[in-house]
Amino acid sequence: MATTVHDSPTIAPTKIEPERLPSHGSGGGWRNLVPAGGELRRVKDSSPPPASTGIWVGLAAITMTFAAFTSALIVRQGNAPDWHHFNLPSILYLNSLVIVASSLTLEMGRRQLAAYMSTARTQEGAPARWLDATLALGLLFVAGQTFAWLQLRAQGFGLATNISYSFFYVLTVTHAVHLLGGLGGLVRVIGKLNQSVLKRSTLNATSLYWHFMGVLWLYLLLLLWMKL
Amino acid sequence: MHDLSAHAVPHGAPTSFIRKHVFSLDHKVIGKQYYALALVAAVVGMFLSWLMRIHLGWGSLAIPGLHLLSSSGAPGDVMTPEYYLQLMTMHGTIMVFFVLTTAPFAAFGNFFLPIQTGAEDMPFPHFNMMSFWVTFVAFLVMIAAFFVPDGPTLGGWTQYAPLSAIGQVGGPGQGWGVVCWAASIAIFCIGQLLGSLNFITTTLDMRCKGMSLMRLPLSAWGWFITSVMGLTAFAVLMPACILLILDHVAGTSFFVPSNLVIGDHVLPHTGGSTLLWQHLFWFFGHPEVYIAIVPGLGIVSHVLITNMRRPMLSHRVLIYSMGALAALSYMVYGHHMFVSGMNPVSSLAFSFPTLVITIPSTIVVLIWLGSLYGSKLRINAASLFSLGFISMFISGGVSGFFLAQPSIDIMLHATYFVVGHFHLVMGVAAMFGIFAGTYFWFPKMTGRMMNEGLGKAHFILSFIGAYCIFMPFHYLGIAGNVRRYQAFTDDYLIPLVPVHKFITVAALLTGFAQLIFVSNLIYSRFRGELAPSDNPWQGTSLEWSTATPPPHNNFGDTMPVVYHDPYQYSVEGASTDFIMQTSTENVHSPDEEK
Repeated sequence: MATTVHDSPTIAPTKIEPERLPSHGSGGGWRNLVPAGGELRRVKDSSPPPASTGIWVGLAAITMTFAAFTSALIVRQGNAPDWHHFNLPSILYLNSLVIVASSLTLEMGRRQLAAYMSTARTQEGAPARWLDATLALGLLFVAGQTFAWLQLRAQGFGLATNISYSFFYVLTVTHAVHLLGGLGGLVRVIGKLNQSVLKRSTLNATSLYWHFMGVLWLYLLLLLWMKL
Repeated sequence: MHDLSAHAVPHGAPTSFIRKHVFSLDHKVIGKQYYALALVAAVVGMFLSWLMRIHLGWGSLAIPGLHLLSSSGAPGDVMTPEYYLQLMTMHGTIMVFFVLTTAPFAAFGNFFLPIQTGAEDMPFPHFNMMSFWVTFVAFLVMIAAFFVPDGPTLGGWTQYAPLSAIGQVGGPGQGWGVVCWAASIAIFCIGQLLGSLNFITTTLDMRCKGMSLMRLPLSAWGWFITSVMGLTAFAVLMPACILLILDHVAGTSFFVPSNLVIGDHVLPHTGGSTLLWQHLFWFFGHPEVYIAIVPGLGIVSHVLITNMRRPMLSHRVLIYSMGALAALSYMVYGHHMFVSGMNPVSSLAFSFPTLVITIPSTIVVLIWLGSLYGSKLRINAASLFSLGFISMFISGGVSGFFLAQPSIDIMLHATYFVVGHFHLVMGVAAMFGIFAGTYFWFPKMTGRMMNEGLGKAHFILSFIGAYCIFMPFHYLGIAGNVRRYQAFTDDYLIPLVPVHKFITVAALLTGFAQLIFVSNLIYSRFRGELAPSDNPWQGTSLEWSTATPPPHNNFGDTMPVVYHDPYQYSVEGASTDFIMQTSTENVHSPDEEK
């Protein structure tokens, strides 16, 4: 049987033409993952801007915080028979409508701005007014929450009156503090819009945060309504 | 329309001293700031441990000047039992939060994660700056506890309720001391959440062209996994601290039960759950252990690979194991509460995943050992400390097998056995990871080399010293030596006092050995030999392909493009024994990811 003698394989070190990207440019993420040899691997044509990933990461942390409060509430309620049930101040239901309305106005403004940004057509509608309305509704919500706290205090129900009130104040105040952060974000968005330097990712991230605050409030209302 | 500008570094090079060195947005400066903070905290924490050890060895010995620290806690320079507990609490808290969390994760991660991913900076530099300064404020608030009436809290770093929640009647430091503690930790949580946000987003969104996730070095993976744990764990500890503060200052009853009598007085609180604090705390506390150690796993792997000149047996399995450790860390926290009065079924439910978690830990160790086997490891201070890390991780981990079982843990939990276990596996191991990282990355961070001879001496003394201190703890624990006692006067404990004296001497000597490190660090920073090149260890990852120290935007005028897996060493046909990630040489090892 004839034996074929193969040459030992030689590896000719070849050079890949280095591809240089301008600094301060598009950067990376999941975009353009070009491996050695030029073959494409798992290419996505766009990577999410950091703000849109960052906001989800932030919301995950806030979710964990309220999950911790929720589990504390459930454990503490089951721990001793000292839980005092009470009717939630009725203004909270009105506040819920306010915060839902604020999400709607924000979404109107965001969509108008998004359409404007993506097609570069002449601006239609009045997104700035929708954003202003959202800000006003947000402030109204905070005022309504403050009214609820004052109302309870006036009735003699303070933070330490009973553990159920403690949880009521802790949950609603913590939510309000986070919501104030959202109001700060809205003010920033409006400011940037006025200066025409608003990025779409900033607008989207702020909107997402605001909508989350609304959903979180509805969750808290349901929790408090069921447990208090 | 895609928003490209979102990727660009949102800040230019700073011009003023304040913006450059104090309130800097540059992740590299922030990383160094974290390192400096951790160094100061480590010195404070170690000093406190010395005071404790001297007291345990020679309880009646006056420590000159101690009354200056606290006139009520150390009248006549001899510490009171309460003051011993206060120092112990501060030692644990400062070490866990301000050293083991800040140095391996926040310090090295801040400096090197963006560089290893090929980013110009983190995506939210203002948050990053806030992250450090918030942590700094947290440290000041914690230290302030030494100066409030009655000094710091004595409740231990775990601050179990109801002792932590009842206020001044609980003893010295249980009033303002606890408030300082809880406020400091809540502030610290904010800092770490902001940091984690940046770490996660950097890893997911800021990678340079060609840098797929699997092409990230193991150190970057360590920081990424840790940041995910940090995000979820600190987000739970913060609300727990808020509730604790409210029990103090507002008179609420989250953690204080009804009819609690302290000193003939019935406390006004009703119905609080003491176990609730433990659940909230340990849901954070166990992941925190991994927050301290997982960056070390990454750093040590990275250092060893460079010094072995070959990759680990499996890059992927190592990453998956670190991920499994992180995921399991949330399911095992109840093993800290076996002695808290737990349903046996719950004990089983927590015991099982605790035993399961030894599987990924063992896989990591086996990959290290298998990769080291037969390798021609370069012996230098960094690789020695990496080997020391593995040794401590194994020694401390083995005792974890015992403690994972409730029936054994009940006997050992409140003894020095546990103290020995966690000091080896998360304390000393994590410190060795920090040392390995320091010796390895110092040239990149400063442009100068650390003294190798002093580094090796530092390793030998630290390695022997750490075992002399912490191995006898296991013996003490098995002999029934209860922990947190400030004196051993019972008949069965008196024969153990010589062991404590031995440990004290070892702790003092090992502590002094750290002066070698500190002086080496400071001397080398200013007078050390200049780094011979940008890549003194012939490494492959991106930090070695940029200038030393790296420019403001990390890579100068052009962004790197990655063509290779992170650890291409000794590849057949290559012109050198290492192929950098940015190398355009079209030679690949057979196992390079396709």
